[in-house]
Amino acid sequence: MQAGMQVRRYTFSSMSTPSSTVNLKTKFVLYIPLIKSLQTGLLLSTGVAGYLSAHIPFNIPELFGMALSLFLAISGSTIMNMWYDHDIDAKMKRTHKRPAASGELSRDEVFRVGATVSIIGIGWAVLITPLFGLIVFAGWFFDVIIYTLWLKRVTCWSIVWGGISGAMPILSGRVLAVGQIDLVGILLALAILFWIPTHTLTFSIKFRKDYANAEIPTFPSTYGDAFTRATITVSSILAAAAIGWASVLIGLSAGYLRLMAVLTAGLLLLAFATFRVKSERANFGLFRYASFYMLSAMIILAMQAF
Amino acid sequence: MRSIDRSLILITVLLAAYQIVVGIDQMDNIPIVAYTIAFGVLLVAGLLLIILGFDALDSPVVVIISTIIPLALGSGLVYQHLASFRAPYLLFAMIGFFAVAFTRSIKIRGKLPVITTAIVHGVAGMTIFLLPIITSVQGWTSPFFSLVGVGGALVGIGGLLLSFLKVGKPILSREKIFGIFPTLLLLMTVCFVAGFKFS
Repeated sequence: MQAGMQVRRYTFSSMSTPSSTVNLKTKFVLYIPLIKSLQTGLLLSTGVAGYLSAHIPFNIPELFGMALSLFLAISGSTIMNMWYDHDIDAKMKRTHKRPAASGELSRDEVFRVGATVSIIGIGWAVLITPLFGLIVFAGWFFDVIIYTLWLKRVTCWSIVWGGISGAMPILSGRVLAVGQIDLVGILLALAILFWIPTHTLTFSIKFRKDYANAEIPTFPSTYGDAFTRATITVSSILAAAAIGWASVLIGLSAGYLRLMAVLTAGLLLLAFATFRVKSERANFGLFRYASFYMLSAMIILAMQAF
Repeated sequence: MRSIDRSLILITVLLAAYQIVVGIDQMDNIPIVAYTIAFGVLLVAGLLLIILGFDALDSPVVVIISTIIPLALGSGLVYQHLASFRAPYLLFAMIGFFAVAFTRSIKIRGKLPVITTAIVHGVAGMTIFLLPIITSVQGWTSPFFSLVGVGGALVGIGGLLLSFLKVGKPILSREKIFGIFPTLLLLMTVCFVAGFKFS
């Protein structure tokens, strides 16, 4: 607590003091949790995989610029999410230690950091190509404005917009590589869109008490577990179909297609098991496996480029 | 589960993925399907062990799922090296799997589930243990192909340890079995992958 209060006194203006290096380091340590590094990393990997899925000759500066601008835009939207949701984060056991929720960082500061990082990321994306920038901006807009500010506290269906937002990085990567929105890009985006309910709904079952404490409407609290588990199963099937179709159109080798089929079969079996067995363990297994599945699928799509 | 166990299982998973992607590329369709199923089950099972820990082995589904690996491997081996037994073995594999699944899914009094599992595992296990060794000793395949047989023996050892544990008559304590299980799984996969690659 003492340390937290100590940290809270730091502001941007204090960075000009002799101990500015220490302050910057402390700030940096506090800023890291703001970007949800695992989630940001996974979304960034989808963008890179979308780019590499086009099998175009390598353009290292473009790839580097895409990855960095996307990283900043995703991080920016996540920080804005932390800024707005600091009150509900404080009510949830899982999130109450986040810097904005715990008070380690002031709300204004989190907003300033989020806005700055977002503007740099989206601005950079627009400079790379306007269409790429537009899709990156769309991802930010759907996440921050539609999902976080408007719908998250109103309806459990907000996850659809969260899903659309999550689908934008892979679409933006693909668009940057091929110069247009093509069928493969749409299928890859759909794969992410349908995968996200598998991830978020298993999460909302696992942390139902947290969401209830924060009065956030979720599928389990609105429609019950049976409907939620059925939705998870259906969305898993749709995600598998979309990624399978995209893999074929991309021209994955037979070996990588086999691996994709195996991993997809695992996802579907677990989704059916969760629907049928209705145990917390199966639910947790699906939640973790779904994350691994998406990361693996992105690695497979990227590997094919080499 | 210890970090070292997770690491060993992760290497097993990566080896299984390697085998699925490049290890079976030059084969006929049936062996490709059979080996993809075998290594695919190994891969997904490994991931679930990493995620859920050894408690995942307590599920009654494990007996059914674990039947798939030896049956699929055996089917691939027979198709490649015992042409005259292709159809009968494939039939045995399908009937065997459904027999195990059926007898384990409904409540049956007596020893029928155990006998069914023992017969199916026994035949499949002997196939993947003996066939590669016999073909390499006869000079029909490279000597390295016998490694697949060694892998088959390790599958058998692992299967026996788990089976006796499940029926309440463990050969070793639960802790010891789970202590050596990841190493056994990795050695088995190394033998399979090396046996196929260098043969």
